[in-house]
Amino acid sequence: MNTMRRKPLATMLAWSGTLLSLVFAVLWVFPLYWMVSTSLKAEIDTTTVPPPLIPQPFDLTAYTYILQNSPILRWYANSLITALIITFLLLFLSLLVAFALSQIDFPGKKWLFWIILAGFMIPFQTSLIPLFILVSKMGLTNQYAGIILPQLAAPLIVVIYKQFFDQVPRDLGDAARIDGASEFQVLIKVYLPLNWAITWALAIVSFIGAWDNFLWPFIVTNATSMLTIPVGITQTQSTYGIAYARTMASAVLAAIPTVIAFIFFQRRVTEGIMATSGIK
Amino acid sequence: MTTIATETPQTRQRKRAKAWQAFFQALPLVLPFTLVYVLFLIYPSLRAVQLSLTNSDLGGIGKYIGLENYRKLFADPLFGTSLVNTLYFILLTVVPNTLLAFAFALMVNRLKRAKKFVLAAFFLPYVLPVSVVTNLWIWLLDQSFGLINIVTGLSISWFQDPTYSMPAVAFVTIWWTVGFNILLFLAALQSIPREYFEAAALDGANDLQVFRFITWPSMWSTTSLVLLLQLIAQFKIFDQVYLLTGGGPYDKTLVTLLYLYRKGFQEQQGGYASAIGILLLIIIFAASLLQERFLGRGRSE
Repeated sequence: MNTMRRKPLATMLAWSGTLLSLVFAVLWVFPLYWMVSTSLKAEIDTTTVPPPLIPQPFDLTAYTYILQNSPILRWYANSLITALIITFLLLFLSLLVAFALSQIDFPGKKWLFWIILAGFMIPFQTSLIPLFILVSKMGLTNQYAGIILPQLAAPLIVVIYKQFFDQVPRDLGDAARIDGASEFQVLIKVYLPLNWAITWALAIVSFIGAWDNFLWPFIVTNATSMLTIPVGITQTQSTYGIAYARTMASAVLAAIPTVIAFIFFQRRVTEGIMATSGIK
Repeated sequence: MTTIATETPQTRQRKRAKAWQAFFQALPLVLPFTLVYVLFLIYPSLRAVQLSLTNSDLGGIGKYIGLENYRKLFADPLFGTSLVNTLYFILLTVVPNTLLAFAFALMVNRLKRAKKFVLAAFFLPYVLPVSVVTNLWIWLLDQSFGLINIVTGLSISWFQDPTYSMPAVAFVTIWWTVGFNILLFLAALQSIPREYFEAAALDGANDLQVFRFITWPSMWSTTSLVLLLQLIAQFKIFDQVYLLTGGGPYDKTLVTLLYLYRKGFQEQQGGYASAIGILLLIIIFAASLLQERFLGRGRSE
């Protein structure tokens, strides 16, 4: 009886809850809409008050301008190359060491694991100066290697892989070992295939992280041709002055790869975030 | 004891041979990562300690001066300002971000068909590079033509105003990162066993009681983790502040890492900047321990 009477109220509450969620969701993405919308306006139309919600007419001059007058394609290539290499090497090196830590009882293993765990407590930002001195002495400023190498010194993926490898039943690897497989073959043929799901998740999250990284590429590069795109677009902003259509057009271009990666692999990104934040 | 006493030279030899064999099996797997890791993470952190005891420039050349840098830092009013500003930024972001994420997660969790879309909307900003976020908000918060001022009828120069600059940076940070925290809270909400809610329904508990006695206690460990992760991250705040305000106006948004950058890379004081880095490290460490002590109790259980 009581529940019957409560029902309309409960449905109304549920509906308003849904509505509220949708309103907030729209508010949250609206800035992104505004970024795209501004980039498609003629420069003159960005300063009309009140601003038109939809660009009229659609105008691509901001895009053609930045493609012709800034090295944005070069920065794109720099970002793509470094982010892909970082993703591949980070996963590959972590895979190797995590497998050894999980499966082989070698002398010094405990030490190595402790050193890797200690790395969690050291934020790389606090040793920015010595890292820069080191990389300059190696002659790697304004080089891909200088951008890439310090980003490989991260303990997180090693620890995640080790946890996953620890859960693989020992018999599976031992069967391959009896057939004469080397440890590397056991890793590639048995352990990696069993962990493809987490590997993809980590790869996508690492790629997004490397593409987005600002501080280190900003410190280690200053030659215009060597900037990555997140660093590069901050330069154009100051050269264009108040030219918001162009600024937004370069922002849209810089955002496209990670947004696409997220939209296409939403579930993998979520898994990767869970794994890397310590909640599995 | 007994195993050691009965161990013959042969078994000991065999054991040693086996250990060596394992060592050489592991070596090629372990070596590449370890080299990179020691060279680019462990060595620079140790070198930071050593540099902080010198008056080195940005080339790493200088003399030992003992604890002089630290003595100077404690007397440096701008370093104090940078710490206060960092704490202010933490105050403006950590708890509001957590509360907002918690509320949004509760909202998203009860959705059915719209769930995927709403979650994506909140999370999307998180995958953007920081400079996309800052360029976008410089535009949205532009004094004359920015949408926010036009809609609200205000005429504030958000990032140049001594009062509003830090809250504006904090707001942008929350917009950018709340999706990450929502994700963590959602995972926690979904891991609460369904039987708890069924049992509560049988007992005739109302929504408020369910929240108070089931949802909230189950969420505590995640809440303390979210708070800790953010606290650590916000102590290291640099990118947004550098790009939005550059530390200004009048050093009102000069945060600690920005001060390190200014001293190290702009004034070429490598030793002094390293000392700032070491102190920041110690502060982050102490703050994490304190927070774990007071809030982290639920997690280990």
